[in-house]
Amino acid sequence: MPKSLSELQALAKQVRREIIEMIGAAGSGHPGGSLSAVEILVELYFDYMHIDPKNPAWPDRDRFVLSKGHAAPVLYAVMAEAGYTPKDKLNTLRKLGSIYQGHPDMRFIPSLEASTGSLGEGLSLVLGMGLAGRLDGRPSRYYVMLGDGEIQEGQVWEAAMAAAFHKVDNIVAIVDYNGIQLDGFVKDIMDVAPLADKWRAFGWHTLEIDGHDLPAVRHALEEAEATKGKPTCIVAHTIKGKGVSFMENNPKFHGTAPTANEVQLALQELA
Amino acid sequence: MTPKTKFELKAGPATREAFGRALVELGRENKDVVVCDADLAKSTMTVYFQKEFPERFFSFGIAEANMVAAGAGMALAGKIPFVSSFSAFAVNKGFEQLRCCVAYPKVNLKVVGTHSGISIGEDGPSQMSIEEISLACSLAGFVVLSPADEASTKALVKQAAAYHGPVFIRCGRVKAPLIYSSDRAFEIGKAIQLTDGRDVTIIATGLLVAQSLLAAEALEAEGISARVVDIHTVKPLDRAAIQKAAAETGAIVVAEEHLVDGGLGVRVAQVVAETHPCPMEFVGVHDTYAESGQPDELLDKYGLMARDVAAAVRALLARKR
Repeated sequence: MPKSLSELQALAKQVRREIIEMIGAAGSGHPGGSLSAVEILVELYFDYMHIDPKNPAWPDRDRFVLSKGHAAPVLYAVMAEAGYTPKDKLNTLRKLGSIYQGHPDMRFIPSLEASTGSLGEGLSLVLGMGLAGRLDGRPSRYYVMLGDGEIQEGQVWEAAMAAAFHKVDNIVAIVDYNGIQLDGFVKDIMDVAPLADKWRAFGWHTLEIDGHDLPAVRHALEEAEATKGKPTCIVAHTIKGKGVSFMENNPKFHGTAPTANEVQLALQELA
Repeated sequence: MTPKTKFELKAGPATREAFGRALVELGRENKDVVVCDADLAKSTMTVYFQKEFPERFFSFGIAEANMVAAGAGMALAGKIPFVSSFSAFAVNKGFEQLRCCVAYPKVNLKVVGTHSGISIGEDGPSQMSIEEISLACSLAGFVVLSPADEASTKALVKQAAAYHGPVFIRCGRVKAPLIYSSDRAFEIGKAIQLTDGRDVTIIATGLLVAQSLLAAEALEAEGISARVVDIHTVKPLDRAAIQKAAAETGAIVVAEEHLVDGGLGVRVAQVVAETHPCPMEFVGVHDTYAESGQPDELLDKYGLMARDVAAAVRALLARKR
């Protein structure tokens, strides 16, 4: 059921709290790139995608693949809020036997659309899903979120070339362009700019949005759906660590868990 | 060599040819079978499928990593994809994708590598795959098939489609002698004993099965009774057949067109060590890369002929006594 903007915003804040809590409890994980992706996943799972958490194997469902699998906490929080998985187990993240593995793992959560974590592979997976869906005449749409560091992987561009060549218009790539990867700022490690130009050159309909603006995300998804004969890339400009002042634009929080004290500070900011 | 008694090995089509024909039959039987190729359809013989089912054939260009992962995506969406290229490219270039997108989530993808081994000939080592049995067997949960001839290839391709889970099938470029009749039954994981013997067992796979049969015949003339076993399924291995061979013949030669390191021989040796230790010898490519040449010249130079299998048997029996 579609939610109002204020409901979506409240959900985004709740998801941020859960991300902080679960990574804090785990003592390791990737908060920055989880927080940067919150609005996009909230918009997909609570507003835009045709999904049924009670019937996760519904063949005509839309599908989402988190190619930047290290941002698993945002996916887990959203899936738990949507009713796919238990909310009260989120804080078992990364612990032995938990369904909330360090990176998304279909063996533990069958309602995941893919196991990810080795970067650069999700666009290919979604391309295959899109080709299969088109062959079967399904109405489904297929979404993949890529990290901006991730797209340094050559396989992403193999897949980008193939998707445009096959005119797969039921897939959407969303790049979480937060500008930071593990070793520092993307522009200092291996710059990916001019990003939108690259996707356009590969034959994709490409648009750029503020990835924290929920109506803008929805509008971009609508534009993607209306675009025929080519795939769409949404370059989402985001802030790494969004919502927690001391994590924002701080490379340290790409892959470092907050301390107990930092968890408390973050939760106060997200109250 | 003039076959006299048991085996008259007639020339047959290459296993890649049998694979291409079997794919078409599969395509007619099951609309969920789809095929992906990386600019080698005319060599892997997926071109037959492409011609009959163009809407179910997907060209990925020369980009194997993307092809393997996209094939995995198709499988996740309910298809039975056969992803094909030369073994050296499908497995070696697609290995990480085979690991993370296929093996680890146990995706129902079939990978078929053609032009395996050194018998591809003139193209040389960059196109020759001599390590993919080792690589494929290191993918947890994979079934690894290595058929020897037309009938076994056709049967195993169909069994691979019927089996739910990741499968790798190893095919070759050159014509393969006919070993089985077209109505022969095959079961994944079940070795086939081709000849009985008391003194030694020759365990072989792929092209070396035929060479091993010829070797067994030559040895028979010397009074050596050799059992020949075709391991068409390298993983999971038929442990019972290997244990039985070790117990009943007390000596095992393994013959394969693959690096000895990490190949079938090493896997058989593990089973022998665990069940019934006995002396062994290994016929294969020994820590080197081959070169350009005609297939027969290469098999001869790199020690993969019946003569080499027979020599390994003699050396082994000298140790056994």
